[in-house]
Amino acid sequence: MPETAIELIAVNKWFGDFHALKDISLLVGSGDKVVICGPSGSGKSTVVRCINKLEEHQSGTIRLYGHELTNDPRSVASIQGEVGMVFQQFNLFPHLSVLNNLMLGPMKARGLSRSAAEERARHYLTRVRIPDQADKMPKQLSGGQQQRVAIARSLCMEPKVLLFDEPTSALDPEMISEVLDVMVELAEEGMTMIVVTHEMGFARKVADQMVFMDQGEIVEQGTPDAFFANPETARCQKFLSQILQH
Amino acid sequence: MKRFFLPLALLLLLAGCGGSGTWGWYVIDPTTPAGWTNIKFLISGMGSTILISVIAAAISIVLGLIVALPGQSSNRWLRLINRVYVEFIRSIPLLPMLFWVFYGLPIVFRSMGLNIPIDPFWGAIITLALSDSAFTAEIYRSGIQSIARGQTEAAQTIGLTYTQTMRYVVLPQAIRRILPPLANQFIYIVKMSAFASVIGMQELTRRANELVVTEYRPLEIYTLLILEYLVLVLIISAGVRWLERKMGSDERV
Repeated sequence: MPETAIELIAVNKWFGDFHALKDISLLVGSGDKVVICGPSGSGKSTVVRCINKLEEHQSGTIRLYGHELTNDPRSVASIQGEVGMVFQQFNLFPHLSVLNNLMLGPMKARGLSRSAAEERARHYLTRVRIPDQADKMPKQLSGGQQQRVAIARSLCMEPKVLLFDEPTSALDPEMISEVLDVMVELAEEGMTMIVVTHEMGFARKVADQMVFMDQGEIVEQGTPDAFFANPETARCQKFLSQILQH
Repeated sequence: MKRFFLPLALLLLLAGCGGSGTWGWYVIDPTTPAGWTNIKFLISGMGSTILISVIAAAISIVLGLIVALPGQSSNRWLRLINRVYVEFIRSIPLLPMLFWVFYGLPIVFRSMGLNIPIDPFWGAIITLALSDSAFTAEIYRSGIQSIARGQTEAAQTIGLTYTQTMRYVVLPQAIRRILPPLANQFIYIVKMSAFASVIGMQELTRRANELVVTEYRPLEIYTLLILEYLVLVLIISAGVRWLERKMGSDERV
């Protein structure tokens, strides 16, 4: 059994009166790849946003490598950069060049020198296969390239865990595979990943664990083989039939 | 050139009336020694007007940011401080505030055992900067809020602190958007600096008032005064457009 990377125990979250997460428990081993899917509004994005403390949780326990995360600002500060995040809308910094987008975190948060940060930035740009775009501005790149820059930006912090919040949902169809290819490579290299996505081909290929959520609950959980072959609940069967129809 | 046409035409028209008994353009006729002396006297207030406006605007830009940032905090007490400051300061008309600062503030200082005299120069600057800072703070607020939340979230996930996020991510983007309204505020300061004449500050308006008292030609002298402000504001506008182009405020991000 590998070391536990992330542990959620009975996590609850409300937005006002809306019960967004209901007793969420999840165990992610170091190096595991977990894919979370479910209909929109099911709370899957909220789960990953609680893990990197972009959202507060109201009850339950979240641990990162045994270290409990509370809503205390100091606790929040302690994980910054340890948990990388790739957003649906990329969220690159539009006023900075690609290279500076990548160097900002290592220089300001990790205290790396400019030359060390640049070396690291170029290394990860090569990893996501766009070494020649370093000096461009984000808006000069295609959506697929922007998302790969965003992945490289997260990698520059050398995080222990990488979270993906619907990384391909805002992309044109022809650009989805270039992003997924990079993600598959990361998975093969042993990165611990939690991926919220509807890309079931990707899920079959890399997931160790599938999680299906609906209405703030984890409805079904299992290995991809079992999950796709024999979904147990009616809700999950219906969801899978809807997204795998075409 | 087009924008200079109207005032120029107006001036020529008025100058053409110089012969009749009701007009007295001779007071500012540059071809006569007396008129030229008067013009030089009027324009000599320009330096003070520019100086107090620039210093007041500089203070207001810094003070406005200091006031605006607590307004973005998740702490409600900090937000309250911001709201109280903005609502209180912007409700005070400039002239009463000027009187309070110039005549009242030294008394407050004396009662605290401090001997800080306030001359017309600093009285005007303090008042203009204070009064303007409430508006500058609101401009910062709208600029900061216009930056998408995803930007601060992305900054947070790469480990930046709040201060670093503001400095490297939010403010550089916000500044392009707030430059036009900030420039507008600067023009407002330049115009409001005319109030400083009532506490004896030797600036454009004060010079005009003093000349009117000796020459008794209000129409001609105040016309020139208005044109002086017009030229000043047009120069500022041109400067701001240059700055906007340079910083890329005019392009969509």
